[in-house]
Amino acid sequence: MAIRLLINLARFVVTYVAATVLVFLFMRTIPGDPAQIALGVNATPELLAQTRAEFGTDRPLIVQYFDWALGLPFGDFGISYVTRQDISPLVLDRVQVSLILVVLAMIVALLIAIPFGTYAAVKHRNPSGIVISGISQLGVALPNFLAGILLVVVFAVGLGWFPANGWTPPGEDFGDFLSRVFLPVLALASVQGAILTRYVRSAVMEVMSEDYLRTARAKGLGKLEALVKHGLRNASIPVLTVTSVQLAALIIGAVVIERVFVIPGLGSMLLDAVGNRDLLTVQSVVMVLVAITLIINLVVDVLYTVLDPRIRKKA
Amino acid sequence: MRLSKNYGRAAVVLLAGSLSLTACSAGSGGSTADGAAENTAVTVALTGEPVNLDFTTTAGAAIPQALMSNVYEGLVEIDQDGEIQPLLAESWELSEDRKTYTFKLREGAKFSNGEAFTAEDVKFSIERVQSDAWVSSLKAKMDVVDFVEVVSDTEVAVTLKQPSNAWLFDMGTLVGAMFDPSGVDDLANTAIGTGPYAIEAWNRGQSIELAARDDYWGEKPGVETASLRYFADAVATTNALQSGDVDVVYNMQAPELLSSFESDDKFQVLEGTSNGEIVLSMNNNEAPFDDVRVRQAVMHAIDRQAVVDTAWNGYGTVVGGPVPPTDPYYEDLNDVYPYDPAKAKELLKEAGAENLNITFTVPTRPYATAVSEIVVSQLAEVGINAKIESSEFPAVWLDEVFTKQDYQMSVVLAVEGRDVLSMFNNPDYYLGYDNSKIKDKAAEADAADEAGYVSGMQDVVRTIVDDAAANVLFIFPNIVVADANVTGIPANSVTEALDLTNIGWK
Repeated sequence: MAIRLLINLARFVVTYVAATVLVFLFMRTIPGDPAQIALGVNATPELLAQTRAEFGTDRPLIVQYFDWALGLPFGDFGISYVTRQDISPLVLDRVQVSLILVVLAMIVALLIAIPFGTYAAVKHRNPSGIVISGISQLGVALPNFLAGILLVVVFAVGLGWFPANGWTPPGEDFGDFLSRVFLPVLALASVQGAILTRYVRSAVMEVMSEDYLRTARAKGLGKLEALVKHGLRNASIPVLTVTSVQLAALIIGAVVIERVFVIPGLGSMLLDAVGNRDLLTVQSVVMVLVAITLIINLVVDVLYTVLDPRIRKKA
Repeated sequence: MRLSKNYGRAAVVLLAGSLSLTACSAGSGGSTADGAAENTAVTVALTGEPVNLDFTTTAGAAIPQALMSNVYEGLVEIDQDGEIQPLLAESWELSEDRKTYTFKLREGAKFSNGEAFTAEDVKFSIERVQSDAWVSSLKAKMDVVDFVEVVSDTEVAVTLKQPSNAWLFDMGTLVGAMFDPSGVDDLANTAIGTGPYAIEAWNRGQSIELAARDDYWGEKPGVETASLRYFADAVATTNALQSGDVDVVYNMQAPELLSSFESDDKFQVLEGTSNGEIVLSMNNNEAPFDDVRVRQAVMHAIDRQAVVDTAWNGYGTVVGGPVPPTDPYYEDLNDVYPYDPAKAKELLKEAGAENLNITFTVPTRPYATAVSEIVVSQLAEVGINAKIESSEFPAVWLDEVFTKQDYQMSVVLAVEGRDVLSMFNNPDYYLGYDNSKIKDKAAEADAADEAGYVSGMQDVVRTIVDDAAANVLFIFPNIVVADANVTGIPANSVTEALDLTNIGWK
């Protein structure tokens, strides 16, 4: 188990370092001069040179890379070209917002997927099960942003039940927070819920065909009772895998949803920073997203070994 | 069994949550509708958030839009008709040789940090623009100042190197903002000015909250607090207006969304003018547009009124030249190049440029994409085949079109006030206009008396238009959609400032 953990950690570090190189290089290949953007259309060559020196974008690439990458593990992301402030606290502000959104969306998605997926599996020959399965198929094909726009049109602009956009931190005004977070979370969760419903359904159906369930039923347990007592733990492993992968997808989905709902999270920050060629901020935000994804994978790997003794023994 | 119990509990929580949500959102909707009488707050939706609060080092319209007139004030201000009015200077006198302005300052004006506003601050602010502290390219507007003398606490004399009509106007824009020497340490985050409002909070990515100052020298503004909320696009702003989250959408960028507001009594739609010109640029240095006849052909080939009607729902003013109607030397130049495709073809034939293939670099901005389609189809009618190439704005556009001048035709909104000379009196500018014919005239006009300024500049502008240096398609409208009960909205956007002082409720 310890070896397995070490391997995971090593993989984490290597992937992370590789990602820093790729992200850094990619940002240098896209056209656009940060100094020119900061100064606008009437900048003189002298001012441009002065600003480039101030930003440090006139230094050799390798110097720029190490300057940035070596600071990362210590939470030092450098100074933003446009806000002229330390990037780290700004990112920290935004991370909280995005995480609230993503975690709430995942909880809601699972609350949708587990009961509906299980039901669709148990009743997979009944019309009701087929309907659920069909709706989830539709949901899978729906892009997050479209779900968001539809929800805004219906519930905010049309019915006026919720604000169309904006954000209030939960600590400031919890009622307002709930009303503002409801639609974006629903937009993210409905699509995720649909995807997860399908995985829960197939996982449960697979478990239902296992011998031990048949044995349990033969002992006189009802279909659902047998499933809950003996099957769900096993069905949870593939669902957990998918949930972790989907969690990463959800973070990406949140980037777009934050734009639709004007939420000051990492996504909005990232898009603004790309537009302004605030290179250090883009790089840092992307690396935070990479880190979150890698950490999720790491945690899931550990959870596996806890959930399934067979995986533990293999290592 | 444990699991199913959890489901039950979760379902109850979820249900309760959604019920409470509907309840509270209905409550907040009600308060905006009937609380109008004692409304002391206004929320204005804007697109494009300031990246920081320091316009002395950062370009872009968003910072001065939020801060000038509201937080920072100048000696003079530009009113809704484009006229220069006294602000922190009660009055001023111009010397015989038109080089020395002596300003008499308003007494009792205070910065929001408690410091009194004095003649020393004027000297400090003007000299600071000339120093390295200002990195903004607009600082060049202060180059004409020779020296500043403090005459007394309330009197200051500014002597120019040569007479300049443009300078006093510029003092009403952001370069004329008055700072306190002890208030410039952290301009990116803290704005200290003499204006009616002070920044109460800045929620990055969301809004700037302004609160009226008790110790303001002038009249109290119409509302106690003003919130500027920032949105990524126009659709989000109108959604917020419709759901009652904002009261005013300023400088709306999507006229196609207006129809539902125009027909609804709960809202008002205002069309003001702006300083912005939609400039269809032709690279004067590059074939085929290095030939004046080809450029003139383009002027005749495009029906500018049709462009406004198709691309911007008829909002916008067709003027035929690079000068908005609020400038003193404005004249209607639509007649110089009437829409005349036959004439255009003739000119192209003369230039030996029939069946041209050109690349049209279109920045990723709503106005530009809207305009590009109709321009392309009108050009096609006279035998110019324009291929649209999309260019990310600002990053890629600035790099390729503006800096490297690697383009043939482009279109962009030039927003700066009185910018005709910065666009055309500089051969290095991306338009590549050969300014030899206007250079001396422009300098003379600036140094002349007011009448001479107007006639001289008109001469300059006519020369530019005769040379077909660029095709100004229309003056960008300043479209405002607001709750019908909001009053005092400055519909004309004549300087970069969005002056909130007169906004109030019926």
